[in-house]
This record gives sequence, structure tokens and C-alpha cells, in this order.
Amino acid sequence: MALLQISEPGLSAAPHQHRLAVGIDLGTTNSLVATVRNGIAVVLQDEVGRSLLPSIVRYKADGGVDVGYAAQGAQALDPRNTIVSVKRFMGRGLKDVSHIESMPYDFLDAEGMVRLRTIAGVKSPVEVSAEILKVLRERAEASLGGELTGAVITVPAYFDDAQRQATKDAAKLSGLNVLRLLNEPTAAAIAYGLDNASEGVYAVFDLGGGTFDISILKLSRGVFEVLATNGDASLGGDDFDQRVYCWMLDEAKIRFPSVEDTRRLLMKAREAKEMLTGHDVAPVHAELASGETVDLTLKIDTFADITKNLISKTLGPTRKALRDAGLTVNDVRGVVMVGGATRMPQVQRAVAEYFKQEPLTNLDPEKVVALGAAMQANVLAGNRAGADDWLLLDVIPLSLGMETMGGLVEKVIPRNSTIPVAKAQDFTTFKDGQTAMSFHIVQGERELVADCRSLAKFELRGIPPMVAGAARIRVTFQVDADGLLSVSAREMTSGVEASITVKPSYGLTDDEIAGMLKDSMEHVGDDVQARNLREQQVEAGRLIEAVEAAIAEDGRLLRSGERADIEEEIAALRKRIAGTDHRAIKAGIDSLNAATQDFAARRMDQSVKRALTGHKVIELKL
Amino acid sequence: MGVTLSERAAKHVANFIAKRGKGVGVRIGVKTSGCSGMSYKLEFADEAAPEDIVFESHGVKVLVDPKSLPYIEGTELDYAREGLNEGFKFNNPNVKDQCGCGESFNV
Repeated sequence: MALLQISEPGLSAAPHQHRLAVGIDLGTTNSLVATVRNGIAVVLQDEVGRSLLPSIVRYKADGGVDVGYAAQGAQALDPRNTIVSVKRFMGRGLKDVSHIESMPYDFLDAEGMVRLRTIAGVKSPVEVSAEILKVLRERAEASLGGELTGAVITVPAYFDDAQRQATKDAAKLSGLNVLRLLNEPTAAAIAYGLDNASEGVYAVFDLGGGTFDISILKLSRGVFEVLATNGDASLGGDDFDQRVYCWMLDEAKIRFPSVEDTRRLLMKAREAKEMLTGHDVAPVHAELASGETVDLTLKIDTFADITKNLISKTLGPTRKALRDAGLTVNDVRGVVMVGGATRMPQVQRAVAEYFKQEPLTNLDPEKVVALGAAMQANVLAGNRAGADDWLLLDVIPLSLGMETMGGLVEKVIPRNSTIPVAKAQDFTTFKDGQTAMSFHIVQGERELVADCRSLAKFELRGIPPMVAGAARIRVTFQVDADGLLSVSAREMTSGVEASITVKPSYGLTDDEIAGMLKDSMEHVGDDVQARNLREQQVEAGRLIEAVEAAIAEDGRLLRSGERADIEEEIAALRKRIAGTDHRAIKAGIDSLNAATQDFAARRMDQSVKRALTGHKVIELKL
Repeated sequence: MGVTLSERAAKHVANFIAKRGKGVGVRIGVKTSGCSGMSYKLEFADEAAPEDIVFESHGVKVLVDPKSLPYIEGTELDYAREGLNEGFKFNNPNVKDQCGCGESFNV
């Protein structure tokens, strides 16, 4: 008979209607799946009791696919078909991926996202990730005894729209129903119960196998705001192994080790590193292919010494993140440790020293993200009473906006707005009789389109012809709970509509996001300048166009000499538009306005006369 | 007679309650639903209702409402592992037949 779990009071599920929900930490190096069972979040293990699934996929000649440890073993033998760290390629174009030249894969640049040519055909990162998710889904279904209702999948806080969409697509492809994408630092904070505990600023220090992320979170009434993120995309526990490995080569005077020896020694290096978490010395014993043996003892002090600069490499981004958030260490109420590498005592010491407080370490740092995701999944699946006070809100990492005339960005949804969110803004036509309008959606903090990331473009056609400024086009930006954007535009008088779900062609790199945030802070002054300039340029252009149209239509109303004066003013203003001084342009606009005032008044009089004697005019014209 | 927990089941229940941080015991009952007429209710109990019948096995309180008792009289709740899956299992002597998965039953 079926195996049952204990439910919360009053929440026993009807037979065959268990709401089985899991949380998945889809990591760069390792992935995990967790669930809430009998009221407790637990990580689900495989048949032999292992929690971690290495995020490695190997495509085989016979069409088969190995995932996890099986694929890991083949990494050295079949590097081209064994994909590691596929997360780095999610939602990225070829040019977005750093160090692509040092990777053993056969890359193929494709529309939107890079592809990998393997022995089993061309694969997209979405497909590769789906293989990992499929294994986790099968593990979860075997462990929970039924089909899953849904899953919460975690993503780095700095993941942009393209990367989130790619993650969601991978989940769909693997047969998972995504309840929510959740920011990794937010998941870690949930696992520590910070969501209901407290308000305040928390730092999440995530040192994984190959990546380092620091996030500064602000918690208030269940809202998780990501104040700043920073990190190093190529720093992690593996670098510590590498240091120990180099030390071993030095000490044992080994030169040019074979591939096989390198692998063996790296494994020993990792073992020694892990041993030093609980001990002061670690013996290193290895037998080389040549039959030679290596016998060394690694002392904790030596280890700390050879990895000192790796530790300081984490503190740089940490400092920057705090600075970007406009905070100091004294503002931080707690530090959450995430990632296996934070088990190392010297890492914990350095973090404690920097933040002047002991970091939170009582949960397994490798599991904490998956556990938090599982707890959130449990709530979203409806397995928890009083879920209202568990309402959890995330925020969007970068502002979303639209291009307006002159290459300016009109921000529609500002950065750090809680999601889901929908905002509408009215725009209008720029020219008389304009019947179409194109929309360019951008993401970023800067004032000029050129400095932000382009996400998508679409067009609204069929606007009834009207004078400039008369059409009312309501543009609605909607970001769902996963942080994915859809935009719709509607002309209010005629009801014509157009919309787009943003599946941006390229993602932003972490550095780009960090860089864009930094730029926006550094360039606040410049940007205001640039904005003023563009605004005046647009205004001046509009004025010149209007005056010229008026002259063309009613030129006979001009007094002698007046035309020459106005044309001179226009020429002068044109010159100023080409310059960079917005004040000069403004002065030119005022001056042209003044020069045309009388002319405008006469035109007005004439049109009033025409209106009064309308019939005649029409008859005359006919 | 009454309703009992196997030693293994009791250990797990006690452990879950401790980790959950609250609860006086486990509530066992039946609901009329499911493809074979009735199904089990297995929940944490935050407080005992006045009409509850309370059993105790291996130090864990088992709460049963009087209406459910006739259907589960004599039941032993066990904790089992089947492959990767693990959970509680009802050994109920009153069951005449049950649906394929055993989640719902008839007496």
C-alpha cells in the first residue's frame, strides 16, 4: 500500500491528490532536489545515498545520456561530449560567454543562445539542463511515490530575463511544472527562517564549486529586496583544490604529471582540503602511474597560507556589493553561508572578521538553497496552513523601460520593484498622421538606450491618423512572479493592440549587470546631462519642424524681413542642436519662439477668421 | 486494542514533532472519500479535542476521534522504506478491500 506522510492539521490530502512539490537547486557544479516531508525540509538522495548530482551531462554515440557521477567519470576521456557547468551558457549568446576559447566544446553560434555540437547532435544549453532536471525529477518521483505537482527552481539573483526564461524552458522540457523561479540567496534566507524572523539587511555569501556570489538582501514584511549582488564567476572550491595540487607538485618535486596523475592528485588535494575542515593536519598519500609514491602532510597553517589570496578575492566583491547597496558592515544583521566551500574554517574566519559577527552555518551550506526552495514549493503547492504570512516576494534586478524619442529611456518599472507587478504608462505619437509606433524594450539603469540592454522590439500598427500628441497609447509592462516580462500596447481611442512576451535574444553577463549598476551610480551626473541635452534636442527639432510647416502653409502671412529673421534663427538653432550644450539649445528655442510669436499670432487670427466664416473659406478653396 | 504505533513509526513521529517545534502527538482518522470509499487521515495534532480518544505507544500520543475509531480499531501504524520512497503504512485489520495503491479502502 501507499506510504503516507504526516500532514499539517486539517490538510490531509484526498487519496491520489497529494500535492508533491519539490525545490531544485540547479547549480553550476552540483544540483540537488529537496522536499518537505512530514513537515520537515529534506534533501532527496539517490539509490546509494548521495544528495548531490554533479551538473554534468555526457552525450554518447549510441544516443544514450549519462548525467551526474556517471558523466563525471568520463570527463577526461570524452571532454567534447561531456558538458560541465552548462549553467554558464543558459540564455547566453556566443559573445556573452567568457573564456570560450579554453573550453573543449564545439560551439555553434545560433539565434538567441549558443549551441553545442555533440556526438548526439546539436544541443542547446536548455536541453542539457533539462537532462539534469529530468534525473532530479525521476529521483523525486521515486522518493515521493507519485507524480510531482510542481517545482520551485532557484536561479542566481543577477540572472536576467533571458537566463530565467531559459531555466524555465529547461524545466518544461524535463516535464516539470514550474511553480516559481526563486533567487538563490532568497532561498538560503528562507531555509534559515529569516523570512518570518526579522526585518533588516542580510548578506548571503555563496562560495560554490566554481562560482562566488555575494548578495545583500533587505527583508521587510516578507519582501526580499536584492540591494546589490557581486561576485566572481570563476572562483570556487575547485581553486582551493588547485592550490593544494600545486603545493603537492612543488613539495614532491613532480614535473609534467600525466593526465591520469593530475586527476589522481587533484582528488587527493580535495580530500586533504575536506579533512582540514575538522582536523589540523591532513596526510596526503598518492601512488603515481610510474609507481612512485607521494607522502606528504598538509598542515592547516600551510593550507591557509597557500589559499590566502583566494580568500581575499572573495572580500573584494563583498566590499563592492556593500558599497553598491550604500551600506557598511554595521548595517548587516546576519550573514548566511552557502556553498560547500564555506565549510573551510579559514573562509568562515575571514567572513566573521569582515562582518564583525559569526556567520550562520548550522545548516549544511551545500543544501541550504535546495531546502529553502522546497519550503517555498510546499507553500505554493498549498500544503501549509496560514500560507498568507508566508507570502514571499522577490524583486526585479534591473529597471525595465522603453525607448522614447531621442534614444532616451523611460523607465516603466524601476529596479527592485516587488514582483509580480504590472505598470502602465501612456505614450503618444510624435508626428501628424502617424499610424504606427515601434516599441523598444530595454533593461538597465542608465538614461540612454545605448547604455542599456535591448530586450525586445515590437510594433503597434493601425493607429488612426491624428495630429501629433492626440493619440493615447497605453503601454503595459507586466512581470510575473518568475521575473518574466510581457509588454502590451493599446491605442485607447481605436482599441488596436499589440503585445509581446519578452524572450530576449541575448542575456546579460554577470559582469555586465554589475557593470551597468556601477555605471549608473557613477554616471548619475553625466546621465542627467545627457538626458537634458537629448530632451532639448528633441524639443528643438520639433519646433523647427513645426515652424517650417507653418511657413510652408502660411508663408504669405510673413512680413518682409520676417522670413529672413526666422530662417536665420532656425539655422542658428540647427547649429546648436549639433553641439552638446543643452542650455544653448534651450536659449535658441526661446529665441526662435520669440521670433515667430507675431507670425503665430497672425496665423491664429487667420484660423479664427476662417472658422467664423468657415463656409466661405471652404467654397473658396473648392 | 486501540490504535498503536510500531516502535520505528513512533521514533519517526517523535523526531518529526521535535523538528517541527510543536504538536502534542499524531492524529489518525478516516475520511469518506477516495475510489474505494474511505481514506486515511494522518496529521500532526496541535491540541487534543475534548472527544478525542488518546492512545499512547512508545511515548507518542495517538489521537483518534470517536467516529473514526470503529474503522481503524486494531490498526498498527508502521514506518517503511520502499526503494527511495519512505513513509507511514497502515496495517488495518478492518479492511475488506482497497484500491490498487491502498490509499483508500472499504470495511
